[in-house]
Formats: sequence, C-alpha cells, structure tokens
Amino acid sequence: MIEWRDQGALLAVRTHGESSVIIEVFTPTHGRHAGVVRGGASRKQAPLLQPGAQLDLTWKARLDDHLGSFTAEPIRSRAAQVMDDRLALAGLNAVCAILHQTLPEREAHPPLYDRTIALLDLLGQTEIWPLAYLQWELALLTEMGFGLDLSACAVTGTNEDLCYISPKSGRAVSAQAAGDWAARMLPLPDVLKGQGEASGPEIATALTTTGYFVEHRLIRSLGDKPLPVARARLVEAIARLT
Amino acid sequence: MTQGTKDIEALIDLLSRLPGLGPRSARRAVLHLIKKRSLHLIPLAEALTRVGATARECLNCGNIGTTDICDICTSDKRANGQICVVEDVADLWAMERSQQFKGRYHVLGGTLSALDAVGPDELRIPRLIDRIAGENVSEVILALGATIDGQTTAHYIADQLPGVTVTSLAQGVPVGGELDYLDDGTITAALKARRSL
Repeated sequence: MIEWRDQGALLAVRTHGESSVIIEVFTPTHGRHAGVVRGGASRKQAPLLQPGAQLDLTWKARLDDHLGSFTAEPIRSRAAQVMDDRLALAGLNAVCAILHQTLPEREAHPPLYDRTIALLDLLGQTEIWPLAYLQWELALLTEMGFGLDLSACAVTGTNEDLCYISPKSGRAVSAQAAGDWAARMLPLPDVLKGQGEASGPEIATALTTTGYFVEHRLIRSLGDKPLPVARARLVEAIARLT
Repeated sequence: MTQGTKDIEALIDLLSRLPGLGPRSARRAVLHLIKKRSLHLIPLAEALTRVGATARECLNCGNIGTTDICDICTSDKRANGQICVVEDVADLWAMERSQQFKGRYHVLGGTLSALDAVGPDELRIPRLIDRIAGENVSEVILALGATIDGQTTAHYIADQLPGVTVTSLAQGVPVGGELDYLDDGTITAALKARRSL
C-alpha cells in the first residue's frame, strides 16, 4: 500500500457514484493529483469539498498509478468568503480552472503552489487582487517554461520605449523596432512591466496579452483546448473595475 | 431459468439502478411488491404506466408535470410578479413543501460549470430572460445552492437581468443548528448576513 500525507488546494470535484466524489487537488510535493473521497457527496462532507478549500490530505492506493483514495480534513474553507463577492468568485473559478487545465498531473511545482495559496489568501481584497492575479499568471507561465522576457527589446536590446510583446518569442519589442509589424504584436501595458497605474482596464489589457501565451503556448502544448470560460469572465469583471 | 423468473430478475435489475437502491434492496423491494400484489404491485405498475405516458417537462418553466404547461404556470394565483429560480425540479419540490412561496418558478436544469463545459445555453437562462420580458416580473429570487457553481450561476443571472430586482436566499445557521457543529464556512456566511434585532 502506498500512502502519503500533504496539504492541498481543491481544484475540482466530480461525483462518483451516489455517495463518493473524485477530487483534484494542487499539492506542493505531489502537484495536481486526483483521488476518490468516499462519502464525499454526503451532507457532512460536501460543504467542505468546495473549490479553493485548503485541505489536509492523506492519499492511499495499492499501486502508484492507481487513482487511489483521499481522506480529506479541512484546514481552511474559502467558499463562504467569496460567494457574495462577484470578482472574488470569478477569480477563484479562474484560478482553479486554469490550474486544472494547465498543470501536468503528479508533477510538483512548490513555488507555484506557494504563490497560488498566497493569491487565494488575498481573495476578497478587490484593490490588490487583480494585480496579484496578473503577477500569478506571469509566474505560472514562467514555472511552466513559457515565461515572458520583458527586460529588453528582442530586436535592438534597448530597454526604453518597450510597447509590444512578440507573440512568437514572448519577448518585449520597442516601438521603433516594431515598425510596420506593430499591428501583429501584442500590447505591453505599463502594468505588465511593474510600472504605472494598475487600473482595471489596464490589467485587463495585460491579461489579454498573458492570455495569449496561456492559450497558444501553455494550453496548446497539452492539447487543443480553448482558455477556460471562467478566465474570460474574470477578465470581463476586471475590465469593469474603475 | 423460466420466463417468469427472468421477468422478476429483470425487474430487480431495473430497480437496482435507481438512486439509493442496490441489488439487495431491489430484491427486497420486488419480494415485497410480489407479496403485496394487489395493494402495491398492481397500483404501482398502473401508476408507472400512466406517468410514463404523460410525464413531461413544462415548456415554460421546466417543472415536471403531465401537461405541456404545468399547473403552477397556468394558475393565475401564482402570477404575483415573482419568479423563483431553482437548479433542479427537486429544489422546486423542496420550495413547494415549505408552502411559503406563492409565485412561479424557473428550473435551470443545472448550474454553470467551467470544468463540465456547462454554459448559459446548456441551461434555461435564455428562456428565463424571455419570461421576464413577457410575464411582467418584478422580482427574481435566486434559490440556488450555496456552492461555488451555484453562486457563480447566481451572479451570472443577476448580470443578465438589469432593471429587475434580483434577490437570493439567505445563507447561515440552519433551523435547529448549533454553532458548535457548523463548519467555518457556514459560520462566516451567517456572520456576514447578520441582522439587527
């Protein structure tokens, strides 16, 4: 019998038979991991197994490649905190959906786990959460090997007047170097460089750029799927912020 | 195996596929039905035949009835300008048991779910928007589950209904509940929704 114990953030829950559920969690040392929770659909356990919840998990299976079963104890529930906050709810859905879609199974990413927990802990703080989410998405791209290089122009090497990102290389391009190709470039708003005002529309523009790389590089490397709808709803909600 | 035995086995097999029943409980149920043939078995068979021939979804609200438009939708007494939006027919039945709501219903048929690819068009949200325009609705009560998916759906519907009063059920301590036995999420929701006495 193989057994381990870890903490994890709950990403997804699916019913399994009448009384059990299959949960998918993001753990620091075992990555995205699935398993059955017996009785997980019961009136006692179902409220605890809501996406975003932080759980103390024990996973057991006869063989390592089996689905296995989880015993889950709640550490922290986040559902009640976000339910009446439109932006927080959209944010939680987007984070869970993106991690569910982009993380390889059973591959540890401790730095990303730490950043994810920090991001989830900020849920509900509308003033800072959109910017924190943008930075988290940049960190996700970096962790998965598709990081953006915004330090200098890919063509001239200058670090001034950087206005675009090349959709091919993910590197910054200055306005002068872009020239006639500017229309084919992705926008590089100041907020993405860690400068300027982090207004809702500005962050939404930056998320359009990061979204391109999440969809066309990261998700496409795992199969032909679109960006999760939950992320599009989050970007819409952020764009409405003043 | 004789034909009669095969039929009984087939009945046990069918019953065992129902929610809450397994092969052993289905066997017990069939044995009971056979012993109480005139009292339970024949009336049950007749009721099943009748319901099988007539049961259908209401074209207006999604409730289950025996006519194209259900009794609640055709009743003038229920046209009080309120529509209660529920996830499933079971939720509608639960609301009706309370006998507190006197308006009409709208059954969505599920909740939005990014992971299961359930979008607004898979639910009866466009039909709800049509009804609000056509039935002189003054208030939409969202009676959806206190789950992430349920509340995501509630916020989505609220966004789609500008100009209409949209309310949702309260969340918190259940009747007869003791704080010591509640999870921290429920206590958080109850504290947020506290009221002055």
